[in-house]
Amino acid sequence: MTTHDNVVCTFCGCLCDDIEVEVRDNTITAVKKACAIGKNKIMHATSDPPPISVRGVETSVDEAVEEAVRIMSTARNPMVYGMSSTTSEAQREMVEIAEITGANLDNCSSYCHGPGVLARQQVGLVSCSLGEAKNRADLVIYWGCNPVEAHMRHLSRYSLQPKGLFMPEGRKGRKVVAIDVRPTPTTKRADVFLQVQPGHTFEIASVLRALLNGVELDFPDGADSVAGVPVEAWREVVEMVKKCKYGVLFFGLGVTQCRNTDINVEQVARLVQDANRHTRFSAVAMRGHGNVNGTNQVMSWLTGYPLAVNFSRGFPRHNPGEFSVVPMLARKEIDAALIVATDPGAHLPKDAVDFLKTIPVIHLDPHRNMTTPWATVVIPVAPVGVAATGTFYRMDNVPLRLKKLVDSPFPTDEEVLKTMKEKIAYAANN
Amino acid sequence: MLRITNGQVHDPANGLSGEVRDVIIDGGTIVSAEGLPQAQLDEMETIDATGCVVMPGGVDIHSHIAGAKVNSGRILCPEEHGSHVSARTAITRAGCGLTVPTTHRTGYLYSKLGYTTAFEAAVPPLEARHAHEELQDLPMLDKGCYTVMGNNHLVMQVLSDSDPVRRKERLRDLVSWLLKASRGYAVKVVNPGGVEDWKWNTGAADLDIPTPPFGVTPRQIISALAETVDDLKLPHSMHLHCNHLGEPGNLATTLATMRNLEGHRAHFTHLQFHSYGKTPKGGFTSGAAEMAEYFNRHPEFTCDVGQIVFGPTLTMTSDAPMEFHLHQMRKAKWASGDIEMESGSGVVPMTYSPGVLVNAIQWAVGLELLLLIKNPWQIILTTDHPNAGPFTAYPEIIKLLMDADYRNSWLEKLHPKVRRYTCLFDLNREYTFDEIAVITRSGPARALGLANKGHIGAGAEADVAIYRIGDDKRAMFNAPAYVLKQGEVVVRDGEIVRTVQGRTLGVSPEGGERLDDELTETFDGYYTVRLANYMVEDEYLDRPEVVPCG
Ligand code: SF4
Repeated sequence: MTTHDNVVCTFCGCLCDDIEVEVRDNTITAVKKACAIGKNKIMHATSDPPPISVRGVETSVDEAVEEAVRIMSTARNPMVYGMSSTTSEAQREMVEIAEITGANLDNCSSYCHGPGVLARQQVGLVSCSLGEAKNRADLVIYWGCNPVEAHMRHLSRYSLQPKGLFMPEGRKGRKVVAIDVRPTPTTKRADVFLQVQPGHTFEIASVLRALLNGVELDFPDGADSVAGVPVEAWREVVEMVKKCKYGVLFFGLGVTQCRNTDINVEQVARLVQDANRHTRFSAVAMRGHGNVNGTNQVMSWLTGYPLAVNFSRGFPRHNPGEFSVVPMLARKEIDAALIVATDPGAHLPKDAVDFLKTIPVIHLDPHRNMTTPWATVVIPVAPVGVAATGTFYRMDNVPLRLKKLVDSPFPTDEEVLKTMKEKIAYAANN
Repeated sequence: MLRITNGQVHDPANGLSGEVRDVIIDGGTIVSAEGLPQAQLDEMETIDATGCVVMPGGVDIHSHIAGAKVNSGRILCPEEHGSHVSARTAITRAGCGLTVPTTHRTGYLYSKLGYTTAFEAAVPPLEARHAHEELQDLPMLDKGCYTVMGNNHLVMQVLSDSDPVRRKERLRDLVSWLLKASRGYAVKVVNPGGVEDWKWNTGAADLDIPTPPFGVTPRQIISALAETVDDLKLPHSMHLHCNHLGEPGNLATTLATMRNLEGHRAHFTHLQFHSYGKTPKGGFTSGAAEMAEYFNRHPEFTCDVGQIVFGPTLTMTSDAPMEFHLHQMRKAKWASGDIEMESGSGVVPMTYSPGVLVNAIQWAVGLELLLLIKNPWQIILTTDHPNAGPFTAYPEIIKLLMDADYRNSWLEKLHPKVRRYTCLFDLNREYTFDEIAVITRSGPARALGLANKGHIGAGAEADVAIYRIGDDKRAMFNAPAYVLKQGEVVVRDGEIVRTVQGRTLGVSPEGGERLDDELTETFDGYYTVRLANYMVEDEYLDRPEVVPCG
């Protein structure tokens, strides 16, 4: 039996790197310190791989790769998509495949935290690494996120309980505010919970900015509430912001996917910028999948843009809405797709999935999922962080190296994609 | 073997000043032509450099090209990417961007100017993997990065150790460890104490104001780090971005910092941003004359200029409070990132305009420094890319230095009051090819302790740039006739003809194999990553090369 310490859990954007994993006869037998989700994911990382197949017929990896290369080489307007749960090394191969094939390239953030990424293009973001929250934050705001259920160790490792360098009392030294449309296990942990009506993020952020900047707000009698919360309560939040030494706002899909999407995050980002005239304040996006942040990073250094890129002219062009996965599929413009490390069958709208079923789809994933039954080419891969190494970017941009704990009978994403890339390039040049 | 013949060789490190000489390359190395029989020379593959200058490949000592804040800059300005694009070719990757180009494009653009080596100027160890991943995707250049330490908690903790002997030893070990952990090349200090101060929302750091919580002053930080760098015999001196960047009157702080470091080696980066006097009303004046006068008496110091380039660009630095002030002043976009235990960073777009008095003065200050510092080995051409402007403006700056008429023709485009605050237009000095070779290749290579770069004598790496001599020096340096990297022609007539992957340069100073117990305890308690997951692994360096200390 071997015990591996300091293993990085790849499941969510927290990337907890203190996990202990026991391995016996190339099988994981115990996982310690991870949360329930992480533990479950690591324990079962190598179970239930799909069969290697082309059009439902079982085959070898080599033949599946040959067919994948043929599909991508003959497609006229392919899509390369996914990436959120694989390594930056594999993501880098995907970008080059998109380049060679003149493809559209997008990642899962385009329908989750994408608006937050677009807001960063427009106004920027004042942010910090999670350790600054742990060491300094005396005010923590959770807005439209529920880490107790989605990022289970976030509160204990980073944002709420830990004793920090300048926060020796841990939880007791912090004020905690939660803003959400319904009570959640996270809002229960807050000192102040503001239950807001759905769809009002922009309005709330605007009012908070106005109050923070000393703008007098005139409310008609009986209408002095914003998003269903009395303005007095918002005033108190603003006072807390002004008084704190170091505040951190964690925001989730409740903010990024609120109607009107990116302008909400823009206004929230400006609010945080404004707060820095009074004190120090940061915002951190609660990124979901383990390396969805990595996709934005890798695409930015290779293409200049964090998502929604098209290579049909040989150079990267960026147009969210035009080159984002959902609208692209809605317009039925794609004639082949390479999808890696995401399960569109489970995550994309039904119409999009129905259309994908009509074109050749190449799917790389460690597990049998909602896409594998109908994908044209299915290549099972070694699960990252368990049977494959590489780099993941935590929600705060801290990059970590994954460990390989067991051997997989399957190649890694990186290996399959690299082979594909070389063969596609060869086909393109000859 | 390859022979470059008939070219005027400008190799100041070897005393060659335009003599027509053969340069012979064997594999990736320059070899002596002496003793080679004429018959062998005649048979060699030959580059005819008639009418050309032949120089070593360019070396950029300070540029922001890879890592978290650079990428944050890429995300921040999509509007500039669309109009500066490169399509994929049979040999090159696609890319875009002018002030923050994508990684491959950065390599190509440097190569197309005759540069063969560049250093990323500021990497916090916690994010070093990111910088190295980007550097893996940056072709054509040998590269390395500097590790930021001036606001590092572990450094400040050691400096608060009251036992002077132990303090010194511990710091030496820690610095060595941090360089190894981050795979850095040099010790970088940015606004010592000031970035940490700003995390407490307190004012700008002065040399003798203690930084909470350890009560260590910026003066202690820089003195101790400079001493440690000397003790470790690192190839490059401490690389220092002084306090109060960009503020009127900061000349006083910069000079006080320099006096404090006399006797040590030190490199003062983007000195232009630190050489401002102040009018009685608090406005900017040039402090370049006083700075140059001091510098001319202190050969132990080097600097790079950080020359302003007019036009739009993006500022990005670990000096997070400076970027906050810039954001407030300009009401521009602003990205910022505090990094636990180590550092911070900020990014704000910027446009320098000749008609804006402050910008015109800044532009003049840089050129004054270049013209008034007498020894070209002490001053290096940079734009602190992209802070003062993109590196692609180097040919323009070379023209400003080599052509006094051209330089003076700028006077009418600048804010009319600029003459009051600068002596630039009284200076007649024109740079020679030798001096250009020094400030763009030989000088930086020497300051970096790179014995095989920056010259083309026998034993040097075969990184060579060949420029066709012309009257317009900008055009001349903008499109080299040939660039050779590791002995192979990679650029011809200003276009990439071959791509190569450069090396990653690092150091391996003595000691620092592990963190001492007290610091380990701090690390375990207050970082959010495990110590075992902190050090950058070998996988992140494609072709590592250790440059010896001593
Ligand atoms: S919080 Fe996230 S990263 Fe941490 S153990 Fe749970 S699933 Fe894994």
